[in-house]
Amino acid sequence: MKQRKGPTGQGKILLRLLKMLFAAYPVLLPVTVCCIVFSAVTATMPAIFQQQVIAQIEIWYQSGDWTAASQVILPKIAVLAGLYVISLLTITAETQLMATITQGFLNKMRCAMFKKMQDLPISYFDTHKHGDIMSHYTNDIDTLRQLISQAFPTLIRASIIVVSVTCIMLYYSIWMTLVVLLGVCFMIFVTRKIGGGSAKYFMRQQAAIGKTEGFIQEMMNGQKVIKVFCHEEECQKDFDQINEELFQDSFRANAFANCLGPLIQNIGNILYVIIATVGGILLIAQVPNLSLGALAAGSLTVLTIDIVIPFLNMTKQFTGNVNQLSQQMNSIVMGLAGAGRIFRLMDEQPETDEGYVTLVNCKAGENDEIVECEEFTGWWAWRHPHHDGTLTYTLLEGDIRLHEVDFGYVPGKNVLHDVSVYAEPGDKVAFVGATGAGKTTITNLINRFYDIEDGKIRFDGININKIKKSDLRRSLGLVLQETNLFTGTVMDNIRYGKLEATDEACIKAARLAGAHDFITRLPKGYDTMLTNNGANLSQGQRQLIAIARAAVADPPVMIMDEATSSIDTRTEAIVQKGMDKLMEGRSTFVIAHRLSTVMNSDVIMVLDHGRIIERGSHDQLIAAGGVYCQLYTGAFELE
Amino acid sequence: MIKRLLSSVGEYKKPTILTFFFMVGEAVIECLIPFITAELVNRIKAGAEIRFILFTGLCLALMAITSLCFGGLAGYTSAKASAGFAKNLRREVFSRIQTYTFENIDKFSSSSLVTRLTTDITNIQMSYMMVIRTAVRSPLMLVFSVIMAYLMGGKLAGAFVFTIPFLTFGLLMVSRKAMPAFRRVFRKYDRLNESIEENVRGMRVVKGFAREDYEKEKFERAAGDICTDFTKAERIVAFNTPLMQICLYFTMIFVLTVGSQTVISSMGLDLDVGQISAMLTYGMQILMSLMMLSMIYVMLTMSAESMKRIHEVLVEEPALRNPEEPVMEVADGSIDFEGVNFKYAQTAEQYALSNVELHIDSGMTVGIIGGTGSSKTTLVQLIPRLYDATTGCVKVGGVDVRNYDIKSLRNSVAMVLQKNQLFSGTIKDNLRWGNEQATDAQLEEACRLAQAHEFVSTFPEGYDTYIEQGGSNVSGGQKQRLCIARALLKKPRILILDDSTSAVDTKTDALIRKGFREFIPETTKIIIAQRIASVEEADLIVVMEGGAISDAGTHDQLMERCEIYQDIYRQQTKGGKDQ
Repeated sequence: MKQRKGPTGQGKILLRLLKMLFAAYPVLLPVTVCCIVFSAVTATMPAIFQQQVIAQIEIWYQSGDWTAASQVILPKIAVLAGLYVISLLTITAETQLMATITQGFLNKMRCAMFKKMQDLPISYFDTHKHGDIMSHYTNDIDTLRQLISQAFPTLIRASIIVVSVTCIMLYYSIWMTLVVLLGVCFMIFVTRKIGGGSAKYFMRQQAAIGKTEGFIQEMMNGQKVIKVFCHEEECQKDFDQINEELFQDSFRANAFANCLGPLIQNIGNILYVIIATVGGILLIAQVPNLSLGALAAGSLTVLTIDIVIPFLNMTKQFTGNVNQLSQQMNSIVMGLAGAGRIFRLMDEQPETDEGYVTLVNCKAGENDEIVECEEFTGWWAWRHPHHDGTLTYTLLEGDIRLHEVDFGYVPGKNVLHDVSVYAEPGDKVAFVGATGAGKTTITNLINRFYDIEDGKIRFDGININKIKKSDLRRSLGLVLQETNLFTGTVMDNIRYGKLEATDEACIKAARLAGAHDFITRLPKGYDTMLTNNGANLSQGQRQLIAIARAAVADPPVMIMDEATSSIDTRTEAIVQKGMDKLMEGRSTFVIAHRLSTVMNSDVIMVLDHGRIIERGSHDQLIAAGGVYCQLYTGAFELE
Repeated sequence: MIKRLLSSVGEYKKPTILTFFFMVGEAVIECLIPFITAELVNRIKAGAEIRFILFTGLCLALMAITSLCFGGLAGYTSAKASAGFAKNLRREVFSRIQTYTFENIDKFSSSSLVTRLTTDITNIQMSYMMVIRTAVRSPLMLVFSVIMAYLMGGKLAGAFVFTIPFLTFGLLMVSRKAMPAFRRVFRKYDRLNESIEENVRGMRVVKGFAREDYEKEKFERAAGDICTDFTKAERIVAFNTPLMQICLYFTMIFVLTVGSQTVISSMGLDLDVGQISAMLTYGMQILMSLMMLSMIYVMLTMSAESMKRIHEVLVEEPALRNPEEPVMEVADGSIDFEGVNFKYAQTAEQYALSNVELHIDSGMTVGIIGGTGSSKTTLVQLIPRLYDATTGCVKVGGVDVRNYDIKSLRNSVAMVLQKNQLFSGTIKDNLRWGNEQATDAQLEEACRLAQAHEFVSTFPEGYDTYIEQGGSNVSGGQKQRLCIARALLKKPRILILDDSTSAVDTKTDALIRKGFREFIPETTKIIIAQRIASVEEADLIVVMEGGAISDAGTHDQLMERCEIYQDIYRQQTKGGKDQ
């Protein structure tokens, strides 16, 4: 049962892969396959001609008459040469086409995966390790390359040769063919045994590499801590142990793989000897030959030397190809596994978007009504088509209302209970609470990284489920605690917030965010290249750039999730002043640990275990003497 | 470079040499097999007696089994040698990194070190295995086959005069053309993968700004570019097969034409049919060995990049050295900065620290406060000699830090880093970093002092709670307190907290400081903080600005005369609204 399940699953993967290959190259692929088939067939033919030439030499060599012999031999060699030329042409065409197809297909896969990934919901990234996602692009693509560029052509070619050689062999002698096939069965058996062992250890090696990598990663990241504690020797000890395990697995895996080649090859050699001996015995014993050729002719002949010798060569060719096939076993198993993982990513459910309310530029019409327009006016409106065919426009103001919202990341385990928040345009709403109280979750819901379970969220009076996701998110500026910058200049990174922003606009945003000063002090100012998530900047500086990035988008609603946590309070005050100016008349959501960051908010919500337990302004909350007051006076810990 | 790397083979020299030995054995037998095979065929043809045929057959079978044994053993030893080489190399690189100072670590990014320790070493392992398996075998097979071909074929071997140089030249040309193309495209490919990683990590930003389509376009362009380059490079390499085939076919035709003429003209005296067959076999073997040699060449050039990167790590000299006659004992916790200037890189234009003059008495509590980028961290990192001052000197206990044994110094100066880290393992394991021999009671005591005991004891498994990688299962504040406890276990003379209580609430923060005052009064405590409250009661508060000490004094003094300090104070106590 177990064995049955494997092949069908893999068969499906293989079929799908082939379908995709065909879809990608509907012309080139068949041409290439034809080339492979052709070159495989032409590879078997020369052996026959070669044999004929040698047979002719045997006939003529006693005569010593080359002129006469050449009349017979040279045309045969000419045909052989002709076959060689054709074979060369097809092989050249095949290898060139294969290179194009392999790389082209890998590229298509890579792009398809990346595009698919962009459409996946945030929950996918929250529930999958980044290393695992990355390995689709590195390891899995790599195994796929092996599979397509080497295993497939070898598979096609070798099978064709094996089939055609079998036919020819059957034509010559059934008995001896049976001996060869018996030997091949043994070879296949060995391949499965050893190949299976090797595959097992390769998987183990893979796991050991993963483990080592994890350990090394942790140690390299913590290298400075190790230094400070002079803990080098202990780490070395741990490392040695893991290293030893990796050595054992890697050693075994490679030893198995290395043994397979000589094993198959020498079984081939022994098979050759057996055939030769059996042939010799049959010859001497004058056993009648049973062959398809003879059956067709309707007469049984005695086995002759002319049959035994070519048979030996064919045995060699046969086993040589079985050997090649066995060498590809690993590639095939690993390649299909890689393809399976890639397909799993491709089959992930993408983020759905049934939103139909879109964001458009607008201006005031003659009667103060909202008129949609193409050009940038600094005003936006929600374009809301209704079922009855009418169209209404609502001015984008940034009024956000959460009404009795329930939500859980895992069904049945709610992290938000009955949360209601009203933010009118111009309001600054702050969330305070322990880790896991649900602060970040609320922001995840507003921009629909996750969808609510129960309740309603309205944006300017429109249910956010009706708003097209990209438009919804464009209207929300987002600054997160964990800053992610992209490789590129500082200017590029700020411009990410609004691709069509001019340099001046970006600089203006940087000034607002309080980032301008330090940027100008960088070696190349705004043209300084940032790599590795801005590793050459401090955490605080990165946050300032992230704020500038959000500021340049000039959004009606801003969400700042611990956005200033690594910025000192003096700089923070500057940033806050800038942001308050920018967000005048618009709404801001602030999540912060430092109470000094949230103190001047219009309303502060204290969250506890997914419920809002207190709400009010700083002064009101202090006066109320509740949890917030305790927090403020330091009588209570935020964790 | 190669010599340096090969020195890591170490105890795996034996399997390496054995591999050579087995490979020679296998090669010799493999070269002999066609010879005997020809004999067998001849006997069958001549209609020899069955026992002769059986005998030759048995010989051949024995040879095949011997060859199998040699081949299998070589496979075993070569796997052992290469995996062992990789193990040693990995160990050596890892231990080299352990000797690195902060300056060295800054130079290599941690992700690049991870790649070097994994992918690069695996590459080297693979090429090493390939080389030891074929480096002896292929040339040997080549020489042996050429000799046999001459012995058996005489004139016919003339074919190889053309094919060997032709193929060698052709293969070299292909690899030389393909190599640079591959190197270029691999670099691009790495960058592409980095940008994918960036995208995965920053997915919230991408989605938050609705930039999915922009990213797709950007990726498609970059990937398309790489695809073009890859295809070009692969297509050059793809010429290897036809090249090989041309030579093979040429040899066949040559041998058959000239051979048949010779055999027939001389009536089989100069050459017989068996020899022709053998020639064809040897021709194949010669060309195969050439092919293998060219593959080694390709493999080596491919892994050259990896070797270079490993070598870089191995020859990187630790920036700090232990002095000749180190001072092993730190007398007390006093600290002096005398005319200290510091920059991170020799080439940097600006000093990160300039003209620092500061004296701290043993047992003092010192607060350091200042804006982002004011070099607070830089200042304290000079105390446990994580970096050396560019000019001037830093003294601990009256002795220049450069004169101490580094380990003794760092054991006396405990530092809780800003970007701190717990390691996967139990809480106990983590705490014992501070003191290997610490008893459970000592652990608890340190945790009480760091205000960590209370929450640790609420965990179901207490001190045996397993901390996940990166400490993801404890909160920021808890992590910080555990890190402080870990540092306390060292019983240091000087304790440095670099913004280590930022995620701890004010009340606990105060309790920690109170504990310090009461239980470790003789320890010098340096506290970098953003909150005034954290440093308010310090004996000395240092205000830093732009890499220099702007002012130093007690809270009251600074409130009177230091504008920056007043600013910060106002900011934190009143809140923004009243401004």
